[in-house]
Amino acid sequence: MVIDWEPFWLTLQLAVIVSAILLVIGLPIAYWIAFSRSRLKFLVEAVVALPIVLPPTVLGFYVLVALGPRSPLGRWWIALTGHTLAFTFSGLVIGSILYSLPFAVQPFAASFSGVDRKLMAASATLGASPLRTFVRVVLPLSIPGLIAGTALSFAHTMGEFGVVLMVGGNIPGVTRTVSIDIYDQVQASNYAAANQTALLLLVICFGMLSVVYGLNRRTWLFSPGR
Amino acid sequence: MVVYGSLVTSSMPRQSTVQETKQESGDRAQAPADSGHNLESQALQAKILKKLDAFCLDVEIAATPGFTIPFGPSGAGKTTLLDCIAGLLTPDTGRISVGGRVLFNAAEHLDLPPARRSVGYVFQDLALFPHLTVEQNVQYGLAHLSRPQRQERAAAALDSFRILQLGKRHTNEISGGERQRVALARALVTDPKVLLLDEPLAALDTATKSRIVDDLRRWNHAHRIPILYVTHSRDEVFALGERVLVLDRGRIVAQGTPHEVLEAPLQETIAQLAGFENIFDAQVESVHEDRGTMRCRLTGITAGTPVELETPLVRAELGSPLRVGIRAGDILLATAPPAGLSARNVLAGRIATLERRDVIVSARVDCGVEMEVHLTLAARDSLALTPDKDVWLVIKTHSCHLMRN
Repeated sequence: MVIDWEPFWLTLQLAVIVSAILLVIGLPIAYWIAFSRSRLKFLVEAVVALPIVLPPTVLGFYVLVALGPRSPLGRWWIALTGHTLAFTFSGLVIGSILYSLPFAVQPFAASFSGVDRKLMAASATLGASPLRTFVRVVLPLSIPGLIAGTALSFAHTMGEFGVVLMVGGNIPGVTRTVSIDIYDQVQASNYAAANQTALLLLVICFGMLSVVYGLNRRTWLFSPGR
Repeated sequence: MVVYGSLVTSSMPRQSTVQETKQESGDRAQAPADSGHNLESQALQAKILKKLDAFCLDVEIAATPGFTIPFGPSGAGKTTLLDCIAGLLTPDTGRISVGGRVLFNAAEHLDLPPARRSVGYVFQDLALFPHLTVEQNVQYGLAHLSRPQRQERAAAALDSFRILQLGKRHTNEISGGERQRVALARALVTDPKVLLLDEPLAALDTATKSRIVDDLRRWNHAHRIPILYVTHSRDEVFALGERVLVLDRGRIVAQGTPHEVLEAPLQETIAQLAGFENIFDAQVESVHEDRGTMRCRLTGITAGTPVELETPLVRAELGSPLRVGIRAGDILLATAPPAGLSARNVLAGRIATLERRDVIVSARVDCGVEMEVHLTLAARDSLALTPDKDVWLVIKTHSCHLMRN
């Protein structure tokens, strides 16, 4: 029995793209959560955290509806590209970004909050704009949190199932990720193949997390005060 | 044998610090003359009202180039004042300007961000960037310059604070005193128009402290800008101060030269700040205008003989209530009845407790009232002082400071 590598490559692509995009869009969201004095902050925090508690099918269902031809986003995408977002790799990326959002944003925000405010004040009195303070002081001091958030969103995307199934379906080479492949093999009573694939995924995720925790030995994920 | 107490009063026991001050104040007396009207044109002026949860800062200050010292207990509003000037806090109302340039004006909704205020700020915990080297820390505020210019300016600043050799080190690899110097160099290299120092030297030993103060003073001779130097150390006030602002619960309760403000306090809060360990209620018994003195009887004594003190003459009615403050370090202690002294107050008493505090000994002496007296360890040992020993306290007339109730 040979492992089918196609779902692995697809999943890897998805995880790399999603964690890279989350690194970019997660930073401003985390910055706002860490430093805003807005009274509505709790709402944004709750929305960002929703995917942790929501069943993936619920999230997947709404993403599917939002991407479908009846939603403004879906219509706009069809007008732009001629086909729907649902059951495509792009749709999968969008669903996965939402699903893994808290796993990137929360460690980012926690490490931003952990930066001594006096250092930011010192930077400001030395003539630095808020953006320069962020780039020169906050980001370098948050590197453990950035690594943790990116690794977690990567690993989380590697292993996702419900959202992928709802949004992407099971199209080989397009939306068939490792976890769906495993599910398929189990459905077909192909336990030996399922075991091989599952074990490989387990080893990859374990290896990744070991590297991350090894690099950040003093950092605890999800501890807001750090 | 008589022990002169004031040698040991200070938390900065080096007597030379005080001598330097006197010498320095001589230099300073000439300084305004050569700076001419520049002094006024570079002055910091601030009128600030800022309500916070616990208290309200309500002050109006003017600081000319040189050292001005916001002085007061913790929670008095010193750091809040600095934060408002730096733009880290926004006053509710008021106006802040430096040399005519307005940094904040509530009436015109003008509020320059900290980055555009040209205010140098050295925080109490220094806030050095831990991920940067000493050199990178000092160059941080020079981003607008080219790299060679940055390097040249930073090197000059490091050199003037004698830490040029530390440039490549990280800030966690250098000593406390060196860290203070880095923080000063980092703030001053940007040529600020005002310098704010929030107890920057509090954690240092006396020798290191006075060397850094000397460097800072030397720097200030070349760049005459207003410096607000927050402290609650009396000795630093005398060592640095041209002008003291005494803050208490968000208000300025007194201002002037250190000698005006701290040597002749009128209000008890200042007296406590200024380190009067002994404060008694008293009543004017007799007035000797010809000699410039009065006799005051300490009130509130229930048992034993009444205690009277000769004090300087102030404008007060016979029988009117006053308070007398005496520093523990201004009291001399003798183990035999002293004779042939100029001091006018000699009180017999008995040592109640002896307690060692760091390098001084605090004796509580029961002489009708309980007085706290500070001595050196050597004095305690050579006089063989123990509790219950009979002693005599000697207090000069002018060591009795009078204040209103």
